[in-house]
Amino acid sequence: MIDNTIVFPVIVHLFTAILLLFFWRKTLAHRIISITGSTIGIAIAINLFAKVWGGDILTMEAAGWKSPFGITFVADVFSSTMVLLTSFSGLAVSVFSAIGIARGRIIYGYFPMLHFLLMGLNGAFLTGDIFNLYVYFEVIIIASFVLITLGGRKAQIEGSVKYMAMNILASTFFLTGIGILYGITGSLNMADLSLKVAALENRTLVDLTAIFFIIGFGIKSAVFPLYFWLPSSYHTPPSAVAAVFAGLLTKVGIYALFRMFTLIFVPDEFTRTLLIVIAVLTILTGTFGAVIKNNIRRMFSYLIVCHIGFMVGGLGMYSEVALTGALFYLFHDIMVKTNIFLIAGLIRKLRGTMNMDKLGGLYAEYPLLSFVIAIVLFSLVGIPPLSGFWPKIYLFEAGLMDNQYVLIAAIIIGSFATLYVISMMWAKVFWKDQPTVEGEEALTDDFRPLSKFKKSLLVGPIVFLAAITLYIGLAAENVTQVAKHIAGEMKDTTPYIEAVLGTNETQ
Amino acid sequence: MLLAVLAGLIVSILYIPLGKYLRGRLAVLAALLPIGLFAYFASFIPTIQAGQHVHFHHPWVPSLGINLDFHLDGLSLLFSLLITGIGSLVFLYTASYLKGHRYLDKFYGYLCLFMASMLGVVLSDNVLLLFIFWELTSISSFFLIGFNNDDAASRKSSIIALCITMGGGFFLMVGLILMGHLSGNYSIQEMMSTNEYLKSHALYGLILLLVFIGAFTKSAQFPFHFWLPGAMRAPTPVSAYLHSATMVKAGIYLLARLQPVLGGTDYWMYPLIVVGGITMVYSAFHSIFRTDLKSILAYSTIAALGMLVFLIGIGTAESLLAASVFILVHALYKASLFLTAGVIDHETGTRDITQLSGLRKVLMPVSIAGILAALSSAGLPFTFGFIGKDLIYEATLHTAGILTAILTGLAVLTNILLLCAGFLAGIRPFTGKLPDRFHGIHLPHGLLWGAPLLLAVLGVVFGCAPFLVDGILFNPAAEAMYQSAIDSPLKIWHGFNLVLLLSGITLVVGTLLYVVRKPSAASLAAIERYNYLSPKHIIGQLARYARKISIYYTGTLHNGYLRVYLLRIIITTVLLFAIRLFMGGPIRLSIDHLSPISIYEVVVAAILIAAVYITVTASSRLTVVVATSVLGYCVCLLFVFYSAPDLAMTQFSIDTLTVVLFVLVLFRLPPFLNFANRRTRIRDGVVASAFGLMIALVAIQVLNQPIDTEVSQFYGDNAYTLAKGRNVVNVILVDFRGLDTMFEIVVLSIAAIGVVSLLKLRLKASEKE
Repeated sequence: MIDNTIVFPVIVHLFTAILLLFFWRKTLAHRIISITGSTIGIAIAINLFAKVWGGDILTMEAAGWKSPFGITFVADVFSSTMVLLTSFSGLAVSVFSAIGIARGRIIYGYFPMLHFLLMGLNGAFLTGDIFNLYVYFEVIIIASFVLITLGGRKAQIEGSVKYMAMNILASTFFLTGIGILYGITGSLNMADLSLKVAALENRTLVDLTAIFFIIGFGIKSAVFPLYFWLPSSYHTPPSAVAAVFAGLLTKVGIYALFRMFTLIFVPDEFTRTLLIVIAVLTILTGTFGAVIKNNIRRMFSYLIVCHIGFMVGGLGMYSEVALTGALFYLFHDIMVKTNIFLIAGLIRKLRGTMNMDKLGGLYAEYPLLSFVIAIVLFSLVGIPPLSGFWPKIYLFEAGLMDNQYVLIAAIIIGSFATLYVISMMWAKVFWKDQPTVEGEEALTDDFRPLSKFKKSLLVGPIVFLAAITLYIGLAAENVTQVAKHIAGEMKDTTPYIEAVLGTNETQ
Repeated sequence: MLLAVLAGLIVSILYIPLGKYLRGRLAVLAALLPIGLFAYFASFIPTIQAGQHVHFHHPWVPSLGINLDFHLDGLSLLFSLLITGIGSLVFLYTASYLKGHRYLDKFYGYLCLFMASMLGVVLSDNVLLLFIFWELTSISSFFLIGFNNDDAASRKSSIIALCITMGGGFFLMVGLILMGHLSGNYSIQEMMSTNEYLKSHALYGLILLLVFIGAFTKSAQFPFHFWLPGAMRAPTPVSAYLHSATMVKAGIYLLARLQPVLGGTDYWMYPLIVVGGITMVYSAFHSIFRTDLKSILAYSTIAALGMLVFLIGIGTAESLLAASVFILVHALYKASLFLTAGVIDHETGTRDITQLSGLRKVLMPVSIAGILAALSSAGLPFTFGFIGKDLIYEATLHTAGILTAILTGLAVLTNILLLCAGFLAGIRPFTGKLPDRFHGIHLPHGLLWGAPLLLAVLGVVFGCAPFLVDGILFNPAAEAMYQSAIDSPLKIWHGFNLVLLLSGITLVVGTLLYVVRKPSAASLAAIERYNYLSPKHIIGQLARYARKISIYYTGTLHNGYLRVYLLRIIITTVLLFAIRLFMGGPIRLSIDHLSPISIYEVVVAAILIAAVYITVTASSRLTVVVATSVLGYCVCLLFVFYSAPDLAMTQFSIDTLTVVLFVLVLFRLPPFLNFANRRTRIRDGVVASAFGLMIALVAIQVLNQPIDTEVSQFYGDNAYTLAKGRNVVNVILVDFRGLDTMFEIVVLSIAAIGVVSLLKLRLKASEKE
């Protein structure tokens, strides 16, 4: 069904960003416009989700050119859920940034970049055209590059060079893949590609093409052995930036993997095995990295890598149960990962450091805040009945159905390591008395002097995301329904293709 | 029933806003909850005695088959009464024990959370629901062990306890999911009907392994037992409640509950007997060497848990009855001993039994409680312990063949050692001469000595009059495990038989051992010399190795060199291509479809290769820039040959611009250094060639595909008629695919803003984020 409003999630952030550019150097206006823009974004996303959940897959054909000739936007449940979660993360980060981001950065275009980034993400989720997807990836890369370098500190630049080099390489693979795909099918429309690739007889060539996408999206999602940019860069930018990266950047890679490998390259034996091997090694790599890090953000960075493996493993098993689990995990992960990086930022605000050995005493000083943070951390670990627990049931069940015992073992190891590092963090940062640190590294508390309103702008987003996480955990039935529905659409892509190309084309 | 289970959760949440009002005198009110729940569960006694069960169902996550299904039968009732009953006393005791503590409200909050979770464990009919509560008990235990969070040892113990119990929990989770998957649903009652299928399934062994790991870690069985002595860092009421009477019995409960589903085979029986046997002898032996009151009690608790596993393993009606009786026997005397130890610690400030003696003179009611509990643990006639022990011996004696002697021997040995440990903890501190420094001690508040005394007296009452409880508690509980009617009233007197003889031997030898052996720091040191053989040490060592491996692995992989990362990505790609090509059988390349190669192309290719060679070998930056620009122009020429003049023009301008920009910044850069030696160059050359080869192979295959021109045909046909443009490329860029162009413009704008900020923005040092 054609509905041109599905492009609004992209437009709203584009307009917000442009509006922000008109208020260059006016920091208060930037804060207000950004928060307003993100709030409207949520309203639009909720509206979109409600429409799609209630009925058909919606499409929009840019400039009225019929698919597969023009660029098509498609909003199915998967896309609109991702847009919805992105809008939640977006608002949380907008609000947190109002206080959490230094004035200097806001003057030099922090907020426009944030909204360009959100625009790119929403575009990537909604587009039904593979070259257009590439364009949004470009937007995402360049906006994130500006965000990561903004401030120009030495560590930032070093991290961002690695970030940029590897992400450009990823784009190159992606683009090469698109070129080859166009060469063998003559189309860029994803629904059309789905039909044409399925009809190809040279399956070796199809797999070889798929490898380009696995490498390209694999770098983006930070899987083994392509993940190096992530732990090299995520600890360098401001926490609000790291939060949006952690919550959404690797996940857009995962989104693209799921989209491509359920719609266009339906996984064969080779791809499935490859994905599962990658998943296992990714989980182990994240595990090994996380257990030895003493800096909160570095540890979280490796946990991102570890948990990416859970989702890739789910895709690798490619059963409806496994996909449901992986999708549920994806939803949970976006909310939790955004939040833990915001929490890291708040801790830095409170104490001036993220080194766990120098931190302590937060539980005694801020009991209520610690309680909220505990809920988030426990959700990350997957302590039942919080949000990280439910998807594992599906993943384990799918693993047992598919005899993937190595993957199950890896998920257990990954979960165990998460439990261990989080309990260590809890003991060190919250329980332990504040150690005395002297000299240059003496701790600074930038939080206490703030007014009550400013404090609530920092804590509010964390509570907001924690509430959503809590909802995902306690109302797991609703989330399960969504994940199941999407998994069903992934296994049977006919509705998607019919929505884009019309019923006649498929017969 | 839902409310009964969730009451604790709700109350613990209410403690967050309201806690501060309950820190003072009102703390006693906290005990209203467990007392009320005890009364509630007690009201079910007649129903259960009549052989009926109580169900409750409320949907929660039906898609996963996880619903709030509760099922109350004899076994659940026994545990529920235990949890709420001992809970009531512990809540009262705490009000006095931690009087005025600034976190008293949080303590009660955690205790309520624990109580609710534990009730959930024993009442859930759905295995995954059971698992959810199971993990919640671990979490509440984590917070309670680390309650004194400024103490490093407490923090460490709580982490170890959490990691062991929840680590086992992950295995249990997989095991339960596997059971649910095979039997088609997660209800324990339903699983019983498919138990034959489960037991004959090829994965039965795996299920057992996973479930056992879960149960053994939770119930502190060898070799996972070591978290329990560490957990004694928790305040004493916690040790009494969680780590002796209830939480550690969750594993026992699980085994008992699953006995009718999975039990009755050799694979079930022998691992339980062996692990339970090792645990009980090992820990009972260790317990008599300890000098710390709570350590003695911790090890003897592990031994008792081992005994329970051992009894469930035997799996006869008698042994299951013995197990259900022993659960209560142990809970009564052990909680009483713990609470006594708590009073001693509270009043004297020490728990070292080499220093404690004669306390009966100042703490008379406490000493009565301690001595009665010790006697019950010893199994003296007319105590409840006597009945428990008789049943254990009867169970071991009625096993078949060679097992009889071995199992009975083990049970007797353990009981002798446990008797000695019980005397050390319950009698020794009260007998002998009172040291001078303890003269000033006064009897504390009644709640502190009342709770252990009540428990100890109950031990004697049930011992004298077992008929009070057997029909209403133990027979239904054992029936739930055995799944057929059991009607054997507990008896005080069995006549002169072998069982009585064994009981006598236990008493005499144990008492002798107690009298002869004096606990001392020296003997503790002697046994600690063998610590390097203990599971705790070995697992700790393994953890250290794992850490070393992690450091090495992460350091090697993530070594900080961008060029290495890129190299690895390329190598991975080449390998994947190679594997897939190799799998696809012999590579057939046909060049029939390709147009013939012209002389121009050959020349351009030659220049290209030469330019590449110069780029990688040049020793000055300027040369490199020039050589790469030659590369770019050659590509432009190729575009021209393949009839794409507009592309060529674009590429041409970009290349020119790049060279100009490069030359402009060239002289501001640091001196050109080439770190690559011959070996790395060869390596890079090989990787690059391999990558090029792979791409070429793919490209040739692509060219062999028939070309589908539907889309490009459409563009050609309609550019003028519909889009009103003469240049098809332009129409594609601004109309057919105008959206792409628009967002590429956005990309350029973003880049421009980025450059401005990168050049101009200088942050102040105070601007951290």
